[in-house]
Amino acid sequence: MNIHEYQAKALFEKFGVPVPKGAAAKSVAEFDTALALLPEGPTMVKSQIHAGGRGKGTFTDGFKGGVKFCKTKADAKELAGKMLNNTLVTLQTGPAGRKVQTVYFTVASDIKKEYYLAILLDRATSRPVIVASTEGGVEIEKVAHETPEKIFKVYVDPAYGLADFQLRQLITGLGLTASEAKGAAKLIKNLYAMFWETDAAMVEINPLITTPTGDVLALDAKVSFDSNALFRHPEIVALRDLNEEDSKEIEASKYNLSYIALDGNIACLVNGAGLAMSTMDIIKHFGGNPANFLDVGGGASKEQVVAAFKIILGDPNVKGIFVNIFGGIMDCNVIALGIVEAVKEVGLKLPLVVRLEGNNVGAGKATLAGSGLTIVSGDTMADAAQKIVKLVA
Amino acid sequence: MAILIKPETKILVQGITGDFGGRHAKLSLDYGTNVVGGVTPGKGGQFFEHKEHRVPIFNSVHDAVAATGATVSVVFVPPPFAADAILEGVDAGLDLVVTITEGIPVRDMVRVKRAIAGRKTRLVGPNCPGVVTPGTGPQSHGGCRIGIAPGYIHKKGHVGVVSRSGTLTYEAVFQLTSKNIGQSTCVGIGGDPVNGTSHLDVIKMFNDDPETHGIILIGEIGGNAEVEAARWIKANVKKPVAGFIAGATAPAGRRMGHAGAIVGGAEDTAAAKIAVFKECGIEVAVTPSDMADALLRAAKAKGVTLS
Repeated sequence: MNIHEYQAKALFEKFGVPVPKGAAAKSVAEFDTALALLPEGPTMVKSQIHAGGRGKGTFTDGFKGGVKFCKTKADAKELAGKMLNNTLVTLQTGPAGRKVQTVYFTVASDIKKEYYLAILLDRATSRPVIVASTEGGVEIEKVAHETPEKIFKVYVDPAYGLADFQLRQLITGLGLTASEAKGAAKLIKNLYAMFWETDAAMVEINPLITTPTGDVLALDAKVSFDSNALFRHPEIVALRDLNEEDSKEIEASKYNLSYIALDGNIACLVNGAGLAMSTMDIIKHFGGNPANFLDVGGGASKEQVVAAFKIILGDPNVKGIFVNIFGGIMDCNVIALGIVEAVKEVGLKLPLVVRLEGNNVGAGKATLAGSGLTIVSGDTMADAAQKIVKLVA
Repeated sequence: MAILIKPETKILVQGITGDFGGRHAKLSLDYGTNVVGGVTPGKGGQFFEHKEHRVPIFNSVHDAVAATGATVSVVFVPPPFAADAILEGVDAGLDLVVTITEGIPVRDMVRVKRAIAGRKTRLVGPNCPGVVTPGTGPQSHGGCRIGIAPGYIHKKGHVGVVSRSGTLTYEAVFQLTSKNIGQSTCVGIGGDPVNGTSHLDVIKMFNDDPETHGIILIGEIGGNAEVEAARWIKANVKKPVAGFIAGATAPAGRRMGHAGAIVGGAEDTAAAKIAVFKECGIEVAVTPSDMADALLRAAKAKGVTLS
């Protein structure tokens, strides 16, 4: 689960990670109250969406830049008016962009130097890894590719936690001065505590800055959380912004379906994540294009199948449906009955290819054949995939 | 001989009184699995009854081990309590803990993995379909099934299957059995980013198992576990190996159902992994329908008989 920068910075402050003073506004009426909390002087205005590349983004009305520097608070108020409720397109949003529903004002800090700092899980060691670089404010992927020696990592032993010697390694690596070191050590220590205690999946500060007066601050904040751990963090769940999520994905999650929209025209309904991924692959292999990833889980019910049909048919690009079920334990006939009911309920007019295999498959196939519906049956995944690709071509 | 579990292995079910654990404990008993006890704190002294079976329930894994001599447990405990259930099995000195539970927080697994380092207990999973060693009876009954896999699709034989995904494992097993090729053991290692047993761990066991003559390695996008296994295979494995990677069409940065199935960089895409497979002499299944055939091609090239 992702949160906005302004929410992440509020969490930072709670854990003692210094950030520039800031205030968020969700309406024009809130601009003055928010700006009143900041001192007069240079101010940043930042569009709040769950996507990176905001500074270099363009709004759909042609206004450029989702993050702006302003010399005065009055200027900031004016620019905020141009961002709020406008749609920002960045490299990460896709062409449709995201509507800006919150703007965040912060004090514009004097920057001495920019750094990069992140904490995430390292899969190879199964430990949290702290990633730091002297190259901040730029794309870290680019730094990793071109100058990997400027990125260094510290792996934290979960039994002991972040050790002081590791803090010293990070500070030495970043080349910080003695006057900056104390603040930086405290910041990193507190950031790690936040990562660990909130079950964060990733925290990223790009850039982390030093100021001419020796302060160390998080100028930006990108934080995501492990969705499996949300049950023990109601305060984090409260930060969820449904406006930032795909409405079909939200609908799917209500039925315990895992759905991700893609840009093709063959909808897939599959049980199991691995099989669902490879169903998309096999469609592509035979020259088609999958419209979605949809995993109904290991023990799909009739209600889930009906809900799944409704969700995939909500995508206007869909020209055909491929149902691929390996009924290991679950009864193929239960799935077949669900398909028949769903097709009748939604009045399906698109081609439908069903590949059923596994437990009680004979009865399942008989149910489909005797339904009076036009359902094309596939024997293997490859056979069924070729049939649906041909039908939508 | 098989790996990890044999038909006579004594199995405990942690969470046997839950719906999910209970249902699959019954299926395992029907398959012929030697389920000797269940564990549910507070329900010790009761029995789990199914047909002619009367399985004693214990308050703790320690009690269950002392009373039954069980060496393996399967965990169906809900996510908030699953890490604790695993640690209890490790503390009781089990050889193997297979964790089926889906949705365990990553932080819990990071701590578990650290806590069990250097201990004798092997963890398989979490978020996995379990382990099956097929038996000699009809529809492979008489074997050892722990977890949630459909036992009847198996056939006793000489192919080892290792995979992150449940249904993709069943797909491979079904293809093999349909071609009259049996399996030694099928291991689901699970779809989470932090798991107890890696592809490589299982490949090493299959390589050492004289009863396993060929291996199917099924992976997916995300992480580098498949690449690590492939490089070891190149250097050490003489048996025929077929491989498949799911997720060639998955967009970067989106988690595809499994928490671990997410493309983060250039190294963990399907294309990158498939390239490494080829470079390491693994016969690549071009589609998921091709997994058994790919192994047959690999076996033929090496002059190995699988059935």
